[in-house]
Amino acid sequence: MIAEAGHFALLLALAIALIQAIVPLIGAARGDAALMDFARAAAQAQFAFIAVAFGCLTWAFVVSDFTVSLVVQSSHSAKPLLYKVTGVWGNHEGSMVLWVLILALFGAAIAVFGDNLPPALRARVLSVQAMIGVAFLAFIVLTSNPFRRVFPPPADGNGLNPILQDPGLAFHPPLLYLGYVGFSTVFSFAVAALIEGRVDAAWGRWVRPWTLAAWASLTLGIALGSWWAYYELGWGGWWFWDPVENASFMPWLVGAALLHSAIVVEKRDALKSWTILLAILAFSLSLIGTFLVRSGVLSSVHAFAVDPARGVFILVILIVAIGGSLTLYAIRAPSLKSGGLFAPISREAGLVVNNLLLATATLTVFLGTLYPLFLEAMGGAKVSVGPPFFNATFVPLMVPLLFLVPIGSLLAWKRGDLAGALTRLWAAACAVLVIVLAALWLQGGPVGALLGLGLAAWLMAGALVEWAERIRLFRAPFAESVNRAVNLPRSAWGMTIAHFGVGVIVAGITATSAWQIERVQLMRVGDAIEIAGYTVRFAGTDRADGSNYLSRRGIFEVTRDGRAVATMYPEKRFFPVQGMPTTEAAIRTTILADLYIVLGDIEAPNAPGGGAPNFLPEPRPDTAWTVRIYYNPLVPWIWIGAVIAVLGGVVSLTDRRHRVGAPRRSRALVPEPAQGD
Amino acid sequence: MTRKRRRLYILLLFMIGIGTAAALTLTAFRDNLVFFYSPTEIVEKNAPRDRNMRIGGLVEMGSVERTPGSTEVRFRVTDLQNNLTVVYNGALPDLFREGQGVIAQGQLGADGVFRAREVLAKHDENYMPPEVAESLKRSGRWQETIGQGK
Repeated sequence: MIAEAGHFALLLALAIALIQAIVPLIGAARGDAALMDFARAAAQAQFAFIAVAFGCLTWAFVVSDFTVSLVVQSSHSAKPLLYKVTGVWGNHEGSMVLWVLILALFGAAIAVFGDNLPPALRARVLSVQAMIGVAFLAFIVLTSNPFRRVFPPPADGNGLNPILQDPGLAFHPPLLYLGYVGFSTVFSFAVAALIEGRVDAAWGRWVRPWTLAAWASLTLGIALGSWWAYYELGWGGWWFWDPVENASFMPWLVGAALLHSAIVVEKRDALKSWTILLAILAFSLSLIGTFLVRSGVLSSVHAFAVDPARGVFILVILIVAIGGSLTLYAIRAPSLKSGGLFAPISREAGLVVNNLLLATATLTVFLGTLYPLFLEAMGGAKVSVGPPFFNATFVPLMVPLLFLVPIGSLLAWKRGDLAGALTRLWAAACAVLVIVLAALWLQGGPVGALLGLGLAAWLMAGALVEWAERIRLFRAPFAESVNRAVNLPRSAWGMTIAHFGVGVIVAGITATSAWQIERVQLMRVGDAIEIAGYTVRFAGTDRADGSNYLSRRGIFEVTRDGRAVATMYPEKRFFPVQGMPTTEAAIRTTILADLYIVLGDIEAPNAPGGGAPNFLPEPRPDTAWTVRIYYNPLVPWIWIGAVIAVLGGVVSLTDRRHRVGAPRRSRALVPEPAQGD
Repeated sequence: MTRKRRRLYILLLFMIGIGTAAALTLTAFRDNLVFFYSPTEIVEKNAPRDRNMRIGGLVEMGSVERTPGSTEVRFRVTDLQNNLTVVYNGALPDLFREGQGVIAQGQLGADGVFRAREVLAKHDENYMPPEVAESLKRSGRWQETIGQGK
């Protein structure tokens, strides 16, 4: 019954979305207030029905209703409750329901908080949002019905892939989708503006909070995914330039560009048609990402579906959405009047360079990700493009971008003073010198790593200098500085924090790429390995079974200069339901570095006939294990930095001028930030 | 600066951007494209030595051998027509098993032995790397493996 109710709710949501896509558009064209206003009610109703469907599906998972085919495929009655719930989106059908749920959530949010939007624009935005909803709801109903029944119901389910049974990965898809799908709002705003043929500073102001929210969620989602890969896959790495990772990274890059170009639209009424294009591209790349992951063209842990009908369906959605919006853009963009002029050295110009480099970087990632697919589709050779390609193309583009960040943010709008900006950055230059010399003394080369750390210091110190300039720290009486800091707009705080976070990320990436130490060795009980000043002694193994897995864990005693530091327990687990072994790395972090131990293969005969794996029975005392130990300096900084950057986004989001739904205030009430001094 | 001038400059900048992207991509492609070979293709196409490549197929039953006292492993990868000996030093992935699909990245030595730097097994029980499925289909032995693969 519950499953049928869910299915019915999905169909109702589809019907509502269909009406919501058409009626408000007619209303906006005719200027009919009632028809336009219909969009708000429809958006909320659509969200309510999808929420009901999602709730029904979750219910089926929680009570382990094995008459529903999807529950059988990806759940099991013995699974912990958390993973029963997260199992809802641990499969193709459920994850698509989550996708439309978030899409409808954003639509409802625009309907509820969009009081300050002109009614015609709001109606058109909600109509475009509903068009996307129609496409994906139809996709679910026609090709991926999550509520399909099985008869007779089996006694138990097949369980969820064990490596997906992890708290980090449980919340990775919802955050990623909040980001991906969040860009649909920006897309809808862009298409609505193209239909109206009008983009002004106010449009930039309305679009910014949605861009910020989507970008911040996507950042968090990607960081969470990378953190999961780091501790779960047991390779000691945190980013593999895997096509699926790239699929989420491309919208992020374009989103970051959009975040910056929307500021120029808002403050200076310039770069309008470029910003519209970025808005279209950000969501198009999100759709391409969904297509790549969902169509089975990629081989990856994320790729659930291998049904060609689904791939073709998403491809059609892709072509209609991207082709349609770009055609509209080609027709309407030339008529967008560009506003404020600016000199080649100005904050606008800095942001243009930012956009140029981010767009170019996106292009190289796009080519590297899709070229192998393209070549294969053309009947050519099978190739793959690995990390060396991306390091060779991406890094040279990011270095100048990051170098220019502190300089650009010190330039004034319209016409900047480059010499003045550079003089004011003397403190940052000193910080760079100190860090580079310290790293040279502590670690020596390679030169690239020293430069990378210098760049990180430049970014962090540059962010602080910019902040100090704004509050006139040490140049005005202290009380005045405090007063200025208190009154600094939240968006300015957000920028400082986010840029500082990027610096922290750069430091983490540089140090762990350059100075990671890896040891692979056979170890018997009593053996020890020296790594980065630590002595890691293998003290034996014991059993540590969980509710739905069997496990043998290694006991490693870590000492430094004869003093005990920690005992670490890497595990090898076996999930009997799936017949699948997994590896759990043991990680000890000091924030400055991680010690990372993986228990590998055991030198023992495998049980014949593929029964329980050979590591479960008590091994003979002289058995050797392959053990991998990594020392990863500064690796936690990558995720700490990402969280700081997200924090910056959130702080900026609370800025009064960006607050979604804040009543429009007259200019006199809102103090404009001191522009550029 | 007039509107027209500015548009010209911005256009010029973007041409430079696209040019840079193209140049970077092309040079990086030249050095970093990794080709995939099946064991049969290695024999028939005379695959280049000492160049990075990927190979894939099934791990031949009974072929996995550990070198005593070291972390070195030797095994044969087969597409059920030809096979290829692979040497790998390190810990094998969790799902590496005899009779299952595997992909290795590394270089083919002058002695015809493949020295793997990285070994990838499938992510779950029901999944076969597409490259491996493809090369099995081409050797005409695909149907046999579907039954025993699981």
